[in-house]
Amino acid sequence: MSQDAGASHVGMELRSLRVVYDDFVAVADTSLKVEAGQSFGIVGESGSGKSTVLRAICGLAPLASGSVQLLGGNGTPLPAPGSKRFRRLVQMVFQDPYGSLHPRQTVDRILAEPLAIHGIGDAEGRIERALDDVGLGNGFRFRYPHQLSGGQRQRIAIARALILEPQILLLDEPTSALDASVQAEVLNLLEALRSKRSLTFIMVSHDLAVVTHMCERLMVMQRGKTVELLSSADLAASQVQDAYTRNLMVASSGFRRKETVE
Amino acid sequence: MGSAANSDPVLVVEDLRISFPNRDGGRTEAVRGVSFTLGRERLGIVGESGSGKSQTGRAILGLTAPEGLVSAKRLEFHGVDLLHCTPKQRREMRGGRIAMVLQDPKYSLNPVMTIGAQIEETLRAHSKVSGREARSRAMAALEAVQIDQPERVYRLYPHEVSGGMGQRAMIAMMLIADPELLIADEPTSALDVTVQLQVLAILDALVVQRGMGLIFISHDLRLVSTFCDRILVMYAGKVVEEVSAGNLAGAQHPYTRGLLNCLPRLGDDRHPLPTLDRQPEWAV
Repeated sequence: MSQDAGASHVGMELRSLRVVYDDFVAVADTSLKVEAGQSFGIVGESGSGKSTVLRAICGLAPLASGSVQLLGGNGTPLPAPGSKRFRRLVQMVFQDPYGSLHPRQTVDRILAEPLAIHGIGDAEGRIERALDDVGLGNGFRFRYPHQLSGGQRQRIAIARALILEPQILLLDEPTSALDASVQAEVLNLLEALRSKRSLTFIMVSHDLAVVTHMCERLMVMQRGKTVELLSSADLAASQVQDAYTRNLMVASSGFRRKETVE
Repeated sequence: MGSAANSDPVLVVEDLRISFPNRDGGRTEAVRGVSFTLGRERLGIVGESGSGKSQTGRAILGLTAPEGLVSAKRLEFHGVDLLHCTPKQRREMRGGRIAMVLQDPKYSLNPVMTIGAQIEETLRAHSKVSGREARSRAMAALEAVQIDQPERVYRLYPHEVSGGMGQRAMIAMMLIADPELLIADEPTSALDVTVQLQVLAILDALVVQRGMGLIFISHDLRLVSTFCDRILVMYAGKVVEEVSAGNLAGAQHPYTRGLLNCLPRLGDDRHPLPTLDRQPEWAV
């Protein structure tokens, strides 16, 4: 694999990130640090600002204050957020593969576009390899998104992100639109790719079990604020500090009748 | 089957088949011979996308798309033959005696009508009531689904309320005509986990209070198992297994076991996750 994108093994640090829409504070002073090669999860309910954090990192949401910075890189200068090199190093996979792929472009064009934008040659070989990497053969190359199942689409979305050989992958609910059995396949694929390419993950999900499965550390968010930062092992052992986190844990264990009916 | 069914079953489905035309001029069977009997109980139907679970629910209400063909040996609701009744009878039943809660309140509510007006519309379609009575019953329905300020929510449009609130309004609308059977098609999949539980608790209380039959359609096996009395597991248009909710761990079919297994669990260290190894004979 070529490393012309810049540094290998980069992490990321966010310092008091703040995103404001008019007078609504979507993300309030969020700080986190993800070491190179680590996997970090963000959990919260809708409206908690978890997706906005990811969008702010890659420039899709306006930063009111705070900073995004890459870490590591073995001495090579790291690109600043918003630059083309930064965008090549930091790629995103969106939640809904039904909405994130262009319906009138073939898989081939979807995968060729990021290469064209970044002026990377050997599109032919790279597209073939990218499809192989996500477990889809070359037979999928000239299909349209509507000819693919949800799981296959999400694999294409992952291939589109990985074709630039990024170091950091931002995953915004990558499996919440998929069936349970397909979810397992996509999660396994992501884990395999991470260990093979030593990628850094920042993953957003509302599903505590998925995040603890995928990530070593995680952050719980509520109404734009950080509720708690903890390790997955602590969460699994129910060693949580905050009542809100505990609520989430109870909720994710399923429905419980309060009074015994019948 | 029919272990929990009373002497007078609410719904009898026998050998239900639904097919749709495909491009080769033939027909594809989406549902291939589903049978079950429903009493006053909570029945879960679980399966992945394309398993035919939603089509089963829609056929009971008569909402199958026009090009779909529905056939069954028996499809009876309280002794009424649903397949051979007139459209007028069907209309009276739909929303009146059989109601359906759909997945996403963003799409299933009318965006240009206030929530109050939509609830009243359901009521007026099925009974003659005065404007004042309709209004007071709409308020009562909103209160029944634990909406704090019913007067305020009554006047709001769907885009002005949250997902959980919208789904509660949808449930209020379905319950105002006092149905005997409620079909809930993924009623909480579009909601947050915490809100999900509130909505389920409301649904649960209403089913118990009113003695309704409930069909709960979902892809989430674990959620269904904590909510329903028994579960039908569907795969490729067929019921592959029926399990009682308490005995999910004792499920026999490899598909059911695979579905349970492939979910990540808190405090469980399995890398990689087991995936489903689909056997062609499951779909036979």
